[in-house]
Amino acid sequence: MKTRHLVPLLVFAVLAVLLGMGLDLNPRIVPSPLVGKSAPEFSLPRLEDPARRFERSDLLGQVSLLNVWATWCAGCRDEHPLLVDLARSGTVSIFGINYKDQYRPALDWLRRYGNPYVTSGYDAEGLAGIDFGVYGLPETFVIDPQGNIVYKHVGPLDPAVLQERILPIVRSFEGASG
Amino acid sequence: MKTLGMVLVLIACACPAGATVFEPREWSDERHRQRYHDLIEELRCLVCQNQSIADSDAELAADLRRIVFEMLERGESDEAITAYMTERYGDFVLYRPPLTPSTVALWGGPALFALIGGTILAVTLKRRRSRGDAGTLSAADRQRAERLIEGED
Repeated sequence: MKTRHLVPLLVFAVLAVLLGMGLDLNPRIVPSPLVGKSAPEFSLPRLEDPARRFERSDLLGQVSLLNVWATWCAGCRDEHPLLVDLARSGTVSIFGINYKDQYRPALDWLRRYGNPYVTSGYDAEGLAGIDFGVYGLPETFVIDPQGNIVYKHVGPLDPAVLQERILPIVRSFEGASG
Repeated sequence: MKTLGMVLVLIACACPAGATVFEPREWSDERHRQRYHDLIEELRCLVCQNQSIADSDAELAADLRRIVFEMLERGESDEAITAYMTERYGDFVLYRPPLTPSTVALWGGPALFALIGGTILAVTLKRRRSRGDAGTLSAADRQRAERLIEGED
């Protein structure tokens, strides 16, 4: 008979554990169906030189980061120094997609805070962004030398994410791209 | 009873009013309009995750509504439009995702809980009934109850 009284306690314990686990999940992170697939085709005018275009083929032959950013995005400002340092270290090529932004302010932003990007595509309509499944800036994709998306990070990069998630993937391709 | 009423009122308040954002659209075919509204009600906004793209004010939702509109006008099927969305954003954008290993709990959960609740209810009722005449009063108790009721009047 005593075990009967333990039932509510047991139910409570199970619920507490499950809800506790739920607290650790971030509902903002939606797994992207594009990870493991070929990066979508795109062709955007380059921010620094709109006469030239930045296309998917520019990403091939090396492992690269593709960072989606905008001047209106506070998180982009937070992660920017990290990208500048990373570009300076020469570890990996960083490409940018300037998403739904204004031309002049975007250029000024790069001039003021430094330009870590090999080039940035100017995606005023956000259509390339939609093809990449972008929904919350900043977003960073790791793209392998064959043009496949191998990893996606939503939200500002921080040193831990960079060291523990992104750089190991980058290093794993370094030998291959030789 | 009062509590039940309160609960019902609260549930009613929690349901979204479903106010669609006003965007004038020129339709080549009136049938597209209905399909458009059906589709945008079924697609979830990734920015405001508890809203459909029909309800959401987010810029991404506006872009996706425009894409749905353009694809309809181009003569694309409903399936092609939902495929366009899931290729980019995954099954998450569908309010009714297909049955896959990761959505089994979502689809089966309510039935499972109904089963558990139903079983508990059935067992409890059966046990109460098998306790026999627990519900009937002895003659002495009945007299006492009647005295109490009369005393109150």
